[in-house]
Amino acid sequence: MGSSWDEVQEGMEIPTLEKNCSTQQLVHWAAGSGDFYQIHYDHNFAEATGLPNIIVHGALKHAFLGQLLHDWVGNEGTVKRVGCSYRGMDFPDQDIHCKGVVTRKYEENGEKLVDLEIWTENPDGQRTSPGSATVRLP
Amino acid sequence: MSDETQESLITDEMRASIGRESEPTTLEVDKTSVRMFARSVGYTDPVYYDEAAAQAAGYRSLPAPPGYLGTPVFDPNRRSARPQQMLEPSRPLKRVLNGGTDIEYLADICAGDVLTSVSATSSIEERQGRLGEMLITTTKTTYRNQDGEVVAIMTGTGIRY
Repeated sequence: MGSSWDEVQEGMEIPTLEKNCSTQQLVHWAAGSGDFYQIHYDHNFAEATGLPNIIVHGALKHAFLGQLLHDWVGNEGTVKRVGCSYRGMDFPDQDIHCKGVVTRKYEENGEKLVDLEIWTENPDGQRTSPGSATVRLP
Repeated sequence: MSDETQESLITDEMRASIGRESEPTTLEVDKTSVRMFARSVGYTDPVYYDEAAAQAAGYRSLPAPPGYLGTPVFDPNRRSARPQQMLEPSRPLKRVLNGGTDIEYLADICAGDVLTSVSATSSIEERQGRLGEMLITTTKTTYRNQDGEVVAIMTGTGIRY
């Protein structure tokens, strides 16, 4: 089950979500999201646009960060906002570590809220999708 | 046309498009599309797959996972309704990157919902970056459900270079 607001402390790290996309997962995502841009599944097309390889969809990394938060808050809580920028490319068959740290714990309009800094990290430790989020906890 | 206009990538037509609302897009959320999306992300929580589990957790039906805002109803005879993003800059830019996504959720979105989205460009900036000349467009899209309630606001950043 998810976390409770009382247990949360500012500065605490939430459990990391580990991802590693196969090319098959990128095709699943293309269908699931409706983003059929060929740089995400056609190697020749990606190379022709100057990329070294096919790349993981930015929006999939955004969705991974959404899962990171959902898995943490559970169904008693709510993901209220998720935002990130796509600063670096991620590639298939490489680890994507999805992480978050609590930056603020507060109550607003009767809701128990938590702000977080969230990001995806590549195998070199670079933050490829830094962002922030707000969740409601029970 | 003045020299200044020639130097800017941003045309008068693009400037005039800022704040102008697009035609509405209809998006459907259904059980199959929620399952497909959840599976493609890698969710294991049964609320995204099993309607009984979703209802036991308090949802009307399968909830839309974060990032899923319905599937546009496809019409082969109608081109995608995103004219602002298609406006050509004063010098051609060939490539497109997604710069970022921010989604605020204001109410639950569940299978069975029919959403209507309206987009407007909120800003267009040009910048010199490591990719060379870049055009950065910020677009705000508001999603309403079948009851007219705003359920999500997405701010997207597009980069052309």
